[in-house]
Amino acid sequence: MTPHILTRSLDRSATVFLVVVAGLGVLIPLSNLLLPSGSALQVPTYLVALFGKYACYAILALSIDLIWGYCGILSLGHGAFFALGGYAMGMYLMRQIGSRGVYGNPILPDFMVFLNYPALPWYWHGFDMFWFAALMVVLVPGLLAFCFGWLAFRSRVTGVYLSIITQAMTYALLLAFFRNDFGFGGNNGLTDFKDILGFNVQADGTRAALFALSCLALIVAFLICRAVVTSKLGKVLIAIRDAESRTRFLGYRVESYKLFVFTLSACMAGVAGALYVPQVGIINPSEYAPGNSIEAVIWVAVGGRGTLVGAALGAVVVNYAKTYFTSGPLAPYWLFMLGALFILVTLLLPKGIVGTFNAWRESRKATEKANAESAALEDGVGEPKPAE
Amino acid sequence: MSVMEGRTTSALLYLDGVHVSFDGFHAINNLSLTLEPGEMRAIIGPNGAGKTTMMDIITGKTKPDEGTVLFDGMIDLTRLDETHIAELGIGRKFQKPTVFESQTIEDNLLLALNVDHSVKGTLFWRGSRDESERIDRVLETIRLTDARNRLAGSLSHGQKQWLEIGMLLAQDPKLLLVDEPVAGMTDVETHQTAELLKEINKEKTVMVVEHDMTFVRELGVKVTCLHEGTVLAEGTIDQVSSNERVIEVYLGR
Ligand SMILES: Nc1ncnc2c1ncn2[C@@H]1O[C@H](COP(=O)(O)OP(=O)(O)OP(=O)(O)O)[C@@H](O)[C@H]1O
Ligand SMILES: [Mg+2]
Repeated sequence: MTPHILTRSLDRSATVFLVVVAGLGVLIPLSNLLLPSGSALQVPTYLVALFGKYACYAILALSIDLIWGYCGILSLGHGAFFALGGYAMGMYLMRQIGSRGVYGNPILPDFMVFLNYPALPWYWHGFDMFWFAALMVVLVPGLLAFCFGWLAFRSRVTGVYLSIITQAMTYALLLAFFRNDFGFGGNNGLTDFKDILGFNVQADGTRAALFALSCLALIVAFLICRAVVTSKLGKVLIAIRDAESRTRFLGYRVESYKLFVFTLSACMAGVAGALYVPQVGIINPSEYAPGNSIEAVIWVAVGGRGTLVGAALGAVVVNYAKTYFTSGPLAPYWLFMLGALFILVTLLLPKGIVGTFNAWRESRKATEKANAESAALEDGVGEPKPAE
Repeated sequence: MSVMEGRTTSALLYLDGVHVSFDGFHAINNLSLTLEPGEMRAIIGPNGAGKTTMMDIITGKTKPDEGTVLFDGMIDLTRLDETHIAELGIGRKFQKPTVFESQTIEDNLLLALNVDHSVKGTLFWRGSRDESERIDRVLETIRLTDARNRLAGSLSHGQKQWLEIGMLLAQDPKLLLVDEPVAGMTDVETHQTAELLKEINKEKTVMVVEHDMTFVRELGVKVTCLHEGTVLAEGTIDQVSSNERVIEVYLGR
């Protein structure tokens, strides 16, 4: 990327965001690994894994904000791309188990032995190689998004209808992945991972590295999003969001733009899912649940759509609340609280946390400027007016 | 009608026998109309006459059930979509001013410029001297230079109309379709708009829909009166406004 793109895409909040994420990405692993366990400043391993999960959610939130906040495409099925990336990584991790599984089969994962698979299904080939799996992490969600988007955007499916078919898409995948004969471990999904690139997935060092990588991925995803939204293409996206048909009459091929961001966004969601799986140690069909995708949209709404930083922040804040409440006596009420949060934000903070903060800062700047101007005027006349 | 090589008409825009119905309601009925290159035409007609629908047909938003719509004598517009038609050089100002409210005036014009509109082109776009000069010139013309960094949503109704005309200029089309440009404008602004359109017409073909008769009179061009989706009368403003059927339609039966 040229320096031009960098300078253009970094405003103050973007810089603060990057510094914070990079700082945490370095300090948390260091504290976990170097400080004696039990010391006040040492971040325990379970927290490292938890924060790693938040970082992955933040990437998913960014990917949703890119299409929803900037282009008006409300996908209620983005969890599907996240889960597909997760499954691709899960398949790699399954193949790494090798003969250490319960049944000791060097090729077939345990669930296949159990279900009497005669041989590895064709679509499992290649996943023993990390580079191949990494490619699939991006390619599979990207390809699905491309095909889905090509059909939907060309037929000009928009608004609620688009949201509904994205829900249908993730639901269809949920049902498919539940099936034992689909070849992805059915109901139980993929789990009991042993190592990743030769490192034990349970080890502190691996967890710290995965966390740092998740932060790095978050930074890269953020920079890509910023580069996109601050380019002229970003202006076209906003134009499409605000007045789609006007944009067509100016000679823009709206469906190509939507297809581009939708596919890019799905690839990012796939990467988030792939980083998520080794940190939580399992991927199963519940990741496709329509509710998950809706939750992710709520994070973005809470943080502030169309702000990127807000989306990431929303993901962390809401998930922190979720962790907090679902581990206490309020656990059964979490979904109600989430719903209430969504309604409250929609009614009271329609711009979300960051959007509201930005608006407040701008209005303060405007009044300061007005005050300064009127003060200058008064100076000319004589007595300065006392500040309000 | 003269038949030229490869083309069936010398007209820049040629509509013949066009029909459109919405759920059985005939909005456009056997509409025929031609616009010669360089011409400016004023379209009048009572509410619901089909003026906007006609522009929808020309710009590809509405597909006619029947009839011929040719651009430049040989391009069949009924087969093309909005984007393609815009790329051919047909620009449009909407009846309800539609600008990109959350973006600055300058960005609105930037988006309208007829430069590379592909995904790749805009992703890697870097402004050029020529582009910013063109934007400056348009800003000058529409008298919004001082407001260039303001959000388009903060403009008054009349200014939005001007911004949209400015976007048309930035688009630099061959044919401009201008739907009710002076709605919501003061008399002075209306006069300025007429001057502006006359200026634009020196280089381009223009079709203006307007209810404001003083404005139409000021344009001083051929007038077509539509009624119930068909041409009722055509001629100078005096001829049309003294036409009995036109008077009947406007005064009601
Ligand atoms: N998409 C549509 N579906 C159904 N009816 C429509 C549609 N578009 C236009 N009409 C109808 O077609 C008729 C012509 O409408 P049109 O907007 O073209 O009129 P107009 O001459 O522009 O009127 P005005 O001066 O009020 O702008 C109207 O009766 C309108 O209700
Ligand atoms: Mg109209």
